[in-house]
Amino acid sequence: MATQTATMPVVKKGLIGQRRNEVLMAWLFSAPALILLIVFLLIPFLMAFGLAFTDQRLIPNPNLPTQFVELRNFARLFRDATFHRALFNNFLFALVVVPLQTSFALLLAILVNQKLRFTNVFRTVYFSPVVTTMVVVAIIWTFLYNPGEGLINAFIQAISFGRLGPYDWLTNTRLAFPAIMLLSIWQGVGFQMVIYLAGLQDIPGELYEAAQVDGANRWQQFWNITLPQLRNTTIFVVIATTILAFKLFDQVWVMTRGGPQEATMTTMILVYKEGFKQGRVGYASAIAVLFFLIVLGVSLVQRVFLREERAVR
Amino acid sequence: MSTTAVTRTTSYSLGYRVRKGVRLAVTYLVMILLAAFFLFPIVFMLVASLKANESQIIRDMSKLTAFIPYGELGLRNYRDVFAQMPFARFMFNSVFVVGSTVVGGLIVNSMIAYALARLRFRGRQLILTLIIALIIIPFEAVAVPLLLMVNRFGWLDSYHVQIIPFIADPFSIFLFYQFFVGLPRDLDEAALVDGASLFRIYWNIILPLSRPVFATVAILQFLANWGKFLWPLMVTRGFEYRPLPVAIQQFFSQDPKVWGDIFAFASMITVPVLIVFLLFQKWFVQSVATSGIKG
Repeated sequence: MATQTATMPVVKKGLIGQRRNEVLMAWLFSAPALILLIVFLLIPFLMAFGLAFTDQRLIPNPNLPTQFVELRNFARLFRDATFHRALFNNFLFALVVVPLQTSFALLLAILVNQKLRFTNVFRTVYFSPVVTTMVVVAIIWTFLYNPGEGLINAFIQAISFGRLGPYDWLTNTRLAFPAIMLLSIWQGVGFQMVIYLAGLQDIPGELYEAAQVDGANRWQQFWNITLPQLRNTTIFVVIATTILAFKLFDQVWVMTRGGPQEATMTTMILVYKEGFKQGRVGYASAIAVLFFLIVLGVSLVQRVFLREERAVR
Repeated sequence: MSTTAVTRTTSYSLGYRVRKGVRLAVTYLVMILLAAFFLFPIVFMLVASLKANESQIIRDMSKLTAFIPYGELGLRNYRDVFAQMPFARFMFNSVFVVGSTVVGGLIVNSMIAYALARLRFRGRQLILTLIIALIIIPFEAVAVPLLLMVNRFGWLDSYHVQIIPFIADPFSIFLFYQFFVGLPRDLDEAALVDGASLFRIYWNIILPLSRPVFATVAILQFLANWGKFLWPLMVTRGFEYRPLPVAIQQFFSQDPKVWGDIFAFASMITVPVLIVFLLFQKWFVQSVATSGIKG
């Protein structure tokens, strides 16, 4: 008893000191990340909005100082057929790849989620393209898509008994972009499969047991339990895949550089060509700003749309 | 228990068992075909990299023999890669850049997350809101202004231009924050009463309990940085600081293409990562699963 009363004031004084210490430590702990985020993310982000209204060049010309050009960059964008093509391709890519890749990922997740032998081996195999660098993937597939004797052509000729093909995949304006879509799905679907797998494992088993008691068949269980229970997971997968569709760059740059005749042009290819190759930082920033607004808009629209649908159910 | 099981099995009709067997066979067939779909390009690359005769690779490319290591086999293509370019340097560049980014990120991001999750200070809520808002900004939207900036800093063609901008990562902070918030508070309070400093609490109490989230962030950051292409393509010129993806793309775009060498190069990029993945696959799968939780 006596010792306790004696130590109390010491502890209290210590706590006030500790409180001040806590604030100091909090800022010390936060400072490195905060400074890095402000300098290398927030400031460049705000700079993009500023630069979009200038004719800034990457290597400044001392005779031509950077000028404020009002909305000229944006006006040019609205007339730029290449930009239209790029934007159209990004939307097309999202429209085709997002539903295909999402449902494919769900199918794979359901397959490897069964209580069967070796499913973990299959899960590993399906995921392995994800750990393969996209540039390497693009190089391998370029060889597979070889116009004359490529493996893909041989495969298509074999299954069509020689009636179809050979196709000049990457040099054909109609086929180049679908060809890139296919390998993108091949590389990315394992990632979404794993996210769906986690979602599937969170569904309480009792739901299925109750449904079985009620005599629901597998399809009914899938439509009435699995899909609704995976709603949150699906929202995430759809948004993440859509945003990836707008970032499309690596595989396109390796395989076609936006060609043939801009058939595979994307927003990021254009940003790279304008901002880096041509050094037109102002114009590229205008594209980047629009790119960001579209990504933001798409994810907001999708979020609202999917949430509302859930509220209705 | 056993009697019900017996009656059940006997009551199952032959038709039911046949149907069940067929369904099982179909399931495995589908899974095997899908496995072939996901594996064939990787197997193709590995087999071609071992074929020392370039014209054999071309001859085999439309046949099933593309997947069979036969004929003149050996590591000649691999030796060619080392003879033609500083492959070891590229590998070192990639390992060093990605390693520094991941390790630096683990320290810096976990520290701010610890402060946000477990310390009381003014501005905490504001910083937290800012960081969650920053998650939505894709790197692609800031690439060009960032390029202008690092060019002014005179950072082009260096290691730090590939490392420093990518250490702090809002999504990693968010993952750490979520984990730290969930740890019981009694831990810090008991340690505080014992007179431990806040840094000691972070280092000796929080860190050892947080191995799962550190592994998750490390793996996700590794996956995000290892294949990085656009940024190093813009900021590296010579071979000194060039990482593997840019190096192989430049090798690939030179004509005439020697496919055996290209596949050997590609295999040397892919195989080490595949081995790491196979060794730690449980962790990989868990990490990727965690990244989906925020939805």
